[in-house]
Amino acid sequence: MDHKEKLCADAWANPSSGNDLTNEISADCPTFANFKPQLHQQKWEDPSILDYGGIGIEPSFQEFNQPSETQTSLPCNSNNDTKMADREDGRMCETPQANKSQDWDPRTMLNNLTFLEQKIHQLQDLVHLIVGRRGQVLGRPDELVAQQQQLITADLTSIIAQLISTAGSLLPSVKHTLSTTTPSIGQFGQLGGSFVPSGVGNDASVKLQNSNGSKLADQSNHTDLISNYGTEQNYSIEEHESKDEEDADEGENLPPGSYEILQLEKEEILAPHTHFCAICGKGFKRDANLRMHMRGHGDEYKTPAALAKPNKESSSEPTLIKRYSCPYAGCKRNKDHKKFQPLKTILCVKNHYKRTHCDKSYTCSRCNTKKFSVIADLKTHEKHCGKDKWLCSCGTTFSRKDKLFGHIALFQGHTPAIPLDETKGTQGPADHGEGSEASNRVGNINFSFSSTAPGGVGVVQSLMDVKESINDPTSYFSPLNFETCNFDGFHEFPRPPFEDSESSFSFLMPGSCNYTHKTGGEPNSNNLD
Amino acid sequence: MKRQRTIVTFNSNMNNNNNHLFHFLSEEIIFIILDFLNQNPIDKKAFSLACKSFYAIEAKHRKKLKPLRSEHIPQVLNRYPYVSHIDLTLCPRITDTSLTTISNACMSSLRSIDLSGSNCFSGTGLLSLAVNCKNLVEINLSNATELRDSAVAALAEAKNLENLWLGRCKQITDMGVGCIAVGCRKLRLISLKWCPGVGDLGVGLLAVKCKDIRSLDLSYLPITDKCLPSIFKLQYLEDLVLEGCFGIDDDSLSGLKHGCKSLKKLDISSCQNITHVGLSSLTSGSGSGGFLEQIILSHGSPVTLALADSLKKLPMLQSIKLDDCPVTYAGLKAIGNWCASLRELSLSKCAEVTDESLSSLLTKHKDLRKLDITCCRKITYASIDHITNSCTALTSLRMESCTLVPREAFVLIGQRCQFLEEIDITDNEVDDEGLKSICRCSNLSSLKLGICLNITDEGVANIGMCCSKLVELDLYRCTGISDSGISAVASGCPGLEMINIAYCKDITDSSLISLSKCSSLNTIESRGCPLITSLGLAAIAVGCKQLAKLDIKKCSSIDDAGMIPLAHFSQNLRQINLSYSSVTDVGLLSLASISCLQSLTILHLKGLSPSGLAAALLACRGLTKVKLQATFKTLLPHALFEHLEARGCVFQWRDKFFRAELDPQCWKIQLEDIMQMQ
Repeated sequence: MDHKEKLCADAWANPSSGNDLTNEISADCPTFANFKPQLHQQKWEDPSILDYGGIGIEPSFQEFNQPSETQTSLPCNSNNDTKMADREDGRMCETPQANKSQDWDPRTMLNNLTFLEQKIHQLQDLVHLIVGRRGQVLGRPDELVAQQQQLITADLTSIIAQLISTAGSLLPSVKHTLSTTTPSIGQFGQLGGSFVPSGVGNDASVKLQNSNGSKLADQSNHTDLISNYGTEQNYSIEEHESKDEEDADEGENLPPGSYEILQLEKEEILAPHTHFCAICGKGFKRDANLRMHMRGHGDEYKTPAALAKPNKESSSEPTLIKRYSCPYAGCKRNKDHKKFQPLKTILCVKNHYKRTHCDKSYTCSRCNTKKFSVIADLKTHEKHCGKDKWLCSCGTTFSRKDKLFGHIALFQGHTPAIPLDETKGTQGPADHGEGSEASNRVGNINFSFSSTAPGGVGVVQSLMDVKESINDPTSYFSPLNFETCNFDGFHEFPRPPFEDSESSFSFLMPGSCNYTHKTGGEPNSNNLD
Repeated sequence: MKRQRTIVTFNSNMNNNNNHLFHFLSEEIIFIILDFLNQNPIDKKAFSLACKSFYAIEAKHRKKLKPLRSEHIPQVLNRYPYVSHIDLTLCPRITDTSLTTISNACMSSLRSIDLSGSNCFSGTGLLSLAVNCKNLVEINLSNATELRDSAVAALAEAKNLENLWLGRCKQITDMGVGCIAVGCRKLRLISLKWCPGVGDLGVGLLAVKCKDIRSLDLSYLPITDKCLPSIFKLQYLEDLVLEGCFGIDDDSLSGLKHGCKSLKKLDISSCQNITHVGLSSLTSGSGSGGFLEQIILSHGSPVTLALADSLKKLPMLQSIKLDDCPVTYAGLKAIGNWCASLRELSLSKCAEVTDESLSSLLTKHKDLRKLDITCCRKITYASIDHITNSCTALTSLRMESCTLVPREAFVLIGQRCQFLEEIDITDNEVDDEGLKSICRCSNLSSLKLGICLNITDEGVANIGMCCSKLVELDLYRCTGISDSGISAVASGCPGLEMINIAYCKDITDSSLISLSKCSSLNTIESRGCPLITSLGLAAIAVGCKQLAKLDIKKCSSIDDAGMIPLAHFSQNLRQINLSYSSVTDVGLLSLASISCLQSLTILHLKGLSPSGLAAALLACRGLTKVKLQATFKTLLPHALFEHLEARGCVFQWRDKFFRAELDPQCWKIQLEDIMQMQ
């Protein structure tokens, strides 16, 4: 790190590195030149590719690179050579194949992915640099800081733009998307603001591609496609809005690298206080509380400026969205995971870490069975514990009978599960199932908060609950349901234990316990209907 | 009869020659012979008792079983291995053990089981049935008032179930029905009548999941329009009963415009919120009325012109029931102009029906087969004249209490409606002349002449002369008749199965002795015939082996001497009313030998002691219902009643004062006074 930092510092200190710049540009341009025919190759029947290559990407990249012309983008430099080699190799291999399969080539994709990987590494390095820099910069004059900030931002945007374009090229039809949704990638300065919808757009176009793949080659359908796409996009946005509020960041589908990844250490996450008084050392959970506390240390802390919320940057300043990584190695939320899914806020990180990687120390005082690691979860659970009496054989509970019946009407093989007190009346198998059913039932109650969400009142109410317990109500949806709902489990769910007539009493018997937890994710999605 | 004789001949041949002719016949052929022996259960019994091989063949042949006691089920099932239909309605108490035994013995051969009338089983028994009897297609759980959702859920394992009756299962809720809906996807018929716990959600789910439903009975359910859209989407629905669904209104029925095209029968009786607006959905659009054959609007909204017009275009309509509806002249007249020709029309208790409206209604519906104008008290001779003129094909005419119809009108019925099979002229002015004319309908099988005070032996004698096919004869309070009339009936109507001679005070033992020739008699009601003695009863007991119901209330001359032959010969007796008779402990106790005796009414038996009653109750093991004087409740230990109730017996306590019998004429006047007061 030290070594690198020095190198970097050198590069920045040295304004004469313009040479490098030209090198880099020349190096970059061929890359894209290579890239273009390759795209063309993939989809050469589709005339829109020309649009894409010519208008969509190239000019914007030039535009992008412009700011960096005056400065160096050092990290890029180091990788350029290998990258080019890769690209050429890739192209060599592709050419013969292009005649055989005109639409899709895995090798191209592999190459693109490698490119993406490298770019991401660049980006990571850069971010590391920024992180390192921040500390040093503190003491320096403001101009320099501003200058460097600008520089870094410019570099970042360029890299990100490259990443996006390459990532986009992985999907044959994405050119429409890019050319329609992001009129000029040059506006990437406002990335944080504008990207989320376009990310969704990407997603939509992927769907479109899957369903209409054959149409793409057809010229006449081109316009249709675009209009189609428009509706598709709307649809998918809607879907994201309604779907899994708790999982907003999964829905937003940011392309890797379009955000800054931060990773807090375990101690930092678990620390009860995150804001400490510089004078007396007292810790606070919220910055606002700290500021209020500071007033006691003297009049200088009582000025409106001191009491104002810090870090309120001017809107003109382009900022990267921040995403967080879980420090737990191997976790899906850890940045080294293959299918890394970042966490949206620090609160998400905290709740995720506690829920997934910590002991559950809070026990529900009502049922004495359910345990939680996040106290807010416990409170939410306790509000509903025992209230959700409508039970499905899949283990899902509902606070309303009509919701249960809607659920059963929708899914094959699901049966209303007769409540415990009633099965008591019968002998034999019913009795047998009693005990297990009890645990089963109790086990399900923790999902209740998500199942009540769809009811308007439920949402409001739980939102209020959260307000009481958590600082940031806006981040309620994402943290609250991350880990109670295992989405991998959801896909496994349609295991129909009822179809088998022999084992079909599972709704009376312990069998249903096995998958209760797996299906946890379900209520949320079900209740959308 | 002929066939029976053949078998007897075969038997005698067999015995004489020691040459088993039946050995030349394959089992299948004997099965076919046995198929014809289904009219009288005793025939098969006789067959099986002939020899060992017949016994074995009969055991193999039997498919249906209606056991009397659950104790015998294991042995019975052992004897009849191929039974597929079991009717347990006669067993006082069916427990989970019985059901488990049945399910283990029958396994997949069982297709149908009737458990209505027993409520001692639970989910465990049903579960074993559902799991073991894979081919179970039909189950009747009506009146299982203690059945809970968990039990119904267990039944949902019967994946092949097609017909299910859950009437009066008061404890089940949407949850149980939901389990059925998910589990029994092949359901074709389901009855949820009087299941107040079942609402929109359960019914809706049923309609969503069980697409094959043909027949749906939702009577008296608290359902609203929420579940109707999914019901109307049922592709094969033919029979929909929404009787007494007060939550259903016109808007709910608007879904009929586009769904339920297969509907054949619609019952919306007692749905007060349905008017012509809702009914018009049947005919408007590509509605469901296309195949509708029967519509029941009883106890509903007024039959106005608008209502009649709303149903005007139903092309296949054959039957309409408007019982107890306020009717208007315009409405009935409009029905007369309907395009379809009605086969069946019921206007009973429609007080506003007049001669004019009825005539205008019937002018076009000449093909009418069944007409019910019970209690249409305004109609007169003109109506009967019109009916008999235009509807000559009538097979059933019910006109109880049409009091303004004069005696001459009844002559017309016999003259013009020769095809009548069923006629109810209870409480009418009909006289011997009219009856004589009616008796010309040689196909008559049911004749109800209750409270026809103008009838004498002379008229009744015609019944015996002409109506040889008569099955049911009601002479309740026909005070003009005596032994000679009854004797004519008894000799002329050998197929008589039911006779009511209650309060015919002149009837004596000789009537019963002549009736004892009617060997098919299974129901005799002879209340308030003070001249009947044990002697007559003994003759009945010997002659009528099929006797199942006997009412000898207020036959004060009957005593223990009558009970003893009854106990000995009437082994099929199921129901007896001995109130106000002279039977004592001895007679009652002797009845214990009738193994199928289920219902016993013993009020005001002077000679009955508490201990005698206790002994009799304990001895009659098959009892399911006993009506007793409330005083016995305190005279006998409570534990005894608990024990009997645990055996499946229900007690009904009565605390009526003894009332002296009134003169018949006086009785009728009093009755009319009461009616006028109302």
